[in-house]
Amino acid sequence: MDGPVVEVSHLRKTYGDKVAVDDVSFSVRPGEIFGILGPNGAGKTTAVETIAGMRRADGGTTRVLGHDTQRDPGAVRDRLGIQLQEATLHDRITVGEAVRLFAAFYPRPADPDDLLALLDLTEHADKQFRNLSGGQKQRLSIALALVGNPEVAILDELTTGLDPQARRSTWDLVDRVRATGVTILLVTHFMDEAERLCDRLVVIDAGRVVAEGTPRGLIDGLQADRTVVVRFAEGTAAPARAVLDRLTETHPDVHGVAPGSDGEVAVTGSRRVLFAVMPALAEADLVPDDIRTVTRTLEDVFLAVTGRTYAEQDDEDEPALATEGDRS
Amino acid sequence: MTATATARRRPTGTSGWRGFGRLLQTEFLVWFRDLASPFFGVVFPTVVLVGVGFLIPGMRDPIQGAPPGSVWYQVTPIATYVPTILAMAVGTAALTVMPVTLATYREKGVLRRLSTTPMRPQGIVAAHLVINAVTTSVGVVLALVVAAVAFDVPAPTQPAVLVLAFVLGLAVMLSLGMVVAALAPRASAANGIAMSVYFPMLLLAGVWTPGPAMPDLIQEIGQFSPLGAASQALSAGWFDDGFPTLQVVVMVVWTALLLPLAVRLFRWS
Repeated sequence: MDGPVVEVSHLRKTYGDKVAVDDVSFSVRPGEIFGILGPNGAGKTTAVETIAGMRRADGGTTRVLGHDTQRDPGAVRDRLGIQLQEATLHDRITVGEAVRLFAAFYPRPADPDDLLALLDLTEHADKQFRNLSGGQKQRLSIALALVGNPEVAILDELTTGLDPQARRSTWDLVDRVRATGVTILLVTHFMDEAERLCDRLVVIDAGRVVAEGTPRGLIDGLQADRTVVVRFAEGTAAPARAVLDRLTETHPDVHGVAPGSDGEVAVTGSRRVLFAVMPALAEADLVPDDIRTVTRTLEDVFLAVTGRTYAEQDDEDEPALATEGDRS
Repeated sequence: MTATATARRRPTGTSGWRGFGRLLQTEFLVWFRDLASPFFGVVFPTVVLVGVGFLIPGMRDPIQGAPPGSVWYQVTPIATYVPTILAMAVGTAALTVMPVTLATYREKGVLRRLSTTPMRPQGIVAAHLVINAVTTSVGVVLALVVAAVAFDVPAPTQPAVLVLAFVLGLAVMLSLGMVVAALAPRASAANGIAMSVYFPMLLLAGVWTPGPAMPDLIQEIGQFSPLGAASQALSAGWFDDGFPTLQVVVMVVWTALLLPLAVRLFRWS
């Protein structure tokens, strides 16, 4: 299909006085990995569960594959795969049984054996759910989201609780899944995950979209200062510092100089700050031991749009288990 | 059930029951692996029957003082206990096994997970009704075979009434178990609620005072309770000549009240 695969317009969802989703709009194109990024409690899970038709919205519209999921959530169940954050399975069901069971619910399921192979679960096919590691459970959960050969898959916090190794292999897996043509709606609170995987994304904070675009575009669009860090050997640190200090007064592209540890100096300024620093050092013949530009990330984007740093937001859970208004 | 439901739902575009056979099969497998369920669902009635029959003195000797012409004439106490065992089997599966299973599924998000697939979560409830009905029947047949072989229990006087009483008893107790499963937010709560219903029910069903040993008061109250009515109707089908009209009506009315209540109250998450 050519139109948007997922289309959300002014979505709003409240629980009593608590506004979980205030106003969220975005649309997802076929074949892309679209991210919903935000801190814990921002309303991401509530938003996607409402989009999937599992919860009733208080306002706005949600369309998946052209169907209104508020009015007719059953219409897309054959074509939408969902990996839920908290769902588990019976302790004693095996990996193979679970995949075959879920495959039986769909009209054109994927081959269970192929899927187990894709998710590196073949050797664990006879293992019971209670004996799986966190990473294996997560991969099984993804397998169950994909077993119906969905056109759209919603993956909610799929690497939470995984070790770095398992996270990276899960990212590779998501790439492999997308290569099969599945459109992916990825919910995450990890900046690096969104940056690594998403073609486009929305940043959600307190139930509202605060930024939207490609990860690169969002970062490049930052108006904030860039930073160059220069490190000098012991003898040259002091004269270099003097040169750079003078630069902040004389050069329009250099805005500030801050000493760091171990002879490091951080110079901030406009996009052209590096061009200002290098000729000045060259002229004084001060050769730095090391020079690096500080990479800007989506964390800087979050800081710029919310005025808060992203790290260590409150870990309050979203009201994901609230029962009111749920569809049966 | 599968076929008719599929046919009825197909026009709306959501099949709803596709894969029910696989669901039933898988649920049965994991039900069986969880050793407590097959024990209480299948073996427990026989264990109680054999225990009572062999460990309590005099259970296998004909009842003293039953006049000729009484339904209890020449009957052994263990024989009078058999209908009670059947009632207990029905109550045990419906109240100890099923509500805890379903409440655990709700607590762990299994029902919610299922609701995102084309399979309706009702499918898992239906699967467990089938599993418990079938395994309870198997457990009852096992108990009956043991009763016939070990205790020489006489054949029932009205087999059709016996079967009817068993089926209605199963229906009313599974409905009650569904209400418990619907009300309990968690598995532990399901167990607590079920037990507080289960033991009074067993009392009214005559587990401690079977057949002729039952005091009039318990019998009077018991005939209006789901499991008491089941027990008395089963006993009537085994030893009596008359039709247990009151007990049958009581079971039908309770089912008609409890089943819709369970459906109304049931939450998927």
